Amino acid sequence: MGKAVETKVTLCGIELDNPVIPASGTYGFGYEFAELYDINILGTFSFKGTTKDPRFGNPTPRIAECPMGMINSVGLQNPGVEKVISEELPKLKKCFNKPVMANVSGFSVEEYVYTCEKLDKCDQVGWLEVNVSCPNVHGGGMSFGTSPEAAAEVTRAVKAVTTKPVIIKLSPNVTDIVSIAKACEEAGADGISLINTLLGMRIDLRTKKPVIANKMGGFSGSAIFPVAVRMVYQVAGAVKIPVVGMGGVSSAEDVVEMMLAGATAVEVGAANLINPYACRDIINDLPRVMEKYGIKNLNEIIGGAH
Amino acid sequence: MKQSIFIVISNRKVAKNTFEMKLSGDISHITAPGQFVNIQLDGFYLRRPISVCDAENGVLTLVYKVVGKGTEKMAEMTGGEELDILTGLGNGYDLTKCGDNPLLVGGGVGLPPMFLLAKELVKAGKKVKVIAGFGSADEVFYKEEFENIGAEFTVTTVDGSCGIKGFVTNALETVGEYSSICSCGPEPMLKALYSATSAPAQFSFEERMGCGFGACMGCSCKTVTGYKRICKDGPVLCREEILWEKQ
Repeated sequence: MGKAVETKVTLCGIELDNPVIPASGTYGFGYEFAELYDINILGTFSFKGTTKDPRFGNPTPRIAECPMGMINSVGLQNPGVEKVISEELPKLKKCFNKPVMANVSGFSVEEYVYTCEKLDKCDQVGWLEVNVSCPNVHGGGMSFGTSPEAAAEVTRAVKAVTTKPVIIKLSPNVTDIVSIAKACEEAGADGISLINTLLGMRIDLRTKKPVIANKMGGFSGSAIFPVAVRMVYQVAGAVKIPVVGMGGVSSAEDVVEMMLAGATAVEVGAANLINPYACRDIINDLPRVMEKYGIKNLNEIIGGAH
Repeated sequence: MKQSIFIVISNRKVAKNTFEMKLSGDISHITAPGQFVNIQLDGFYLRRPISVCDAENGVLTLVYKVVGKGTEKMAEMTGGEELDILTGLGNGYDLTKCGDNPLLVGGGVGLPPMFLLAKELVKAGKKVKVIAGFGSADEVFYKEEFENIGAEFTVTTVDGSCGIKGFVTNALETVGEYSSICSCGPEPMLKALYSATSAPAQFSFEERMGCGFGACMGCSCKTVTGYKRICKDGPVLCREEILWEKQ
């Protein structure tokens, strides 16, 4: 029996079996989840944000609960790019045979360039997803992603040393995300992914102090979905390069909604943390939801709401 | 790790703000005392991590303290409720490191994981002593349960309303010799034990968790052997791994 619906999409020239991609920071390097289900059912996944040097990240507590969501302030804990290449990628090879999305962070343009250049050479890496939400130590701590110029500078520098598609991951904590997305496109980005977490905070009534040691953190989960849909819609309407939509996605319906807003592929983040089978369940449910809404081919609905 | 549905069999108050919930379901993935489960509750985004008090014959026993809205909701359950639970989380205690007469020390709701541990150790022919520390007499629970399985049970209370007055460390001299310590409780208690003794020891740590199964790095800590995730590489760490200075 032939497949009733088509879930394949193409992201920057690479075909995905389906548009579902676990988001960076919620899926480690894949193998915790590979113990639970065959992760080859995924479109791909974006691995744990990697920096030039190893990082422990922020002090704990790093997590706070919110209605319909959570705040995290992990602070890019990762073993550093050398160990990612020498230890994590070989381990991943045993359980994942598709191109993986390499998520990269940095605190200076040079760090982004260094890390991206190394990961670009790895056969397993299909795309580089460059997170420009971290503070720019040379730019006085302002995030690269909060100004069009800084975001474009990182994009240009990374594009100059890489051969694989470069997707710039944008922060929603800005006044005009469209201008930043356009600046990245002009600087040569092959795609835009959004949204990273919204800056948030909780205060404990008993201690009367912030719950999170770092005081503030990134708010994610179902609660931010409408904000994400709006921003994906705005950016997808303004750029010609593909957009990867994320932010609070937790069901197959959400995936379809994100694609209607203009996403070519869809990342799933916090949902993985509360239901380790979230992505498997979404992928399994996608054909049913497509049939319910009369969608034969996902490619036909990308940006359909515009 | 296993995700499955459990059904609440009973839920009773065992001490001030402290409840014992029994649930039926698949407990086959609970492989060591000191592990925890992560419970999804309607209306709450994150799951609630609760340590395993007992797991036998398809019945999971949890003893938990009402500390917030999630545990408040759990306390209202009367039986028959279905709960989505992740089981078999964390490493748990290593019984092979306990020796012949281990001392188990539990502070408040750090006591429940000591129950399954005591049972397993008694079953293995070990002579088990337990020190249970509480604030006052109305917080004391599980005295009979521990004594019924053959453990020697000593209570301390901060206000002296039951057992020895003071902290668990005040009872160390009264319990005699021990081959090792296994403990779970508030961090100041663990630190005090760490400093007061030099026996081989396993300590169970608590931290605010995101996922509970090692994916989010929300509960990382630094140890002698590198970064560890309390939920996956812990919650139990050995004395040698811990980066504390003796006080």
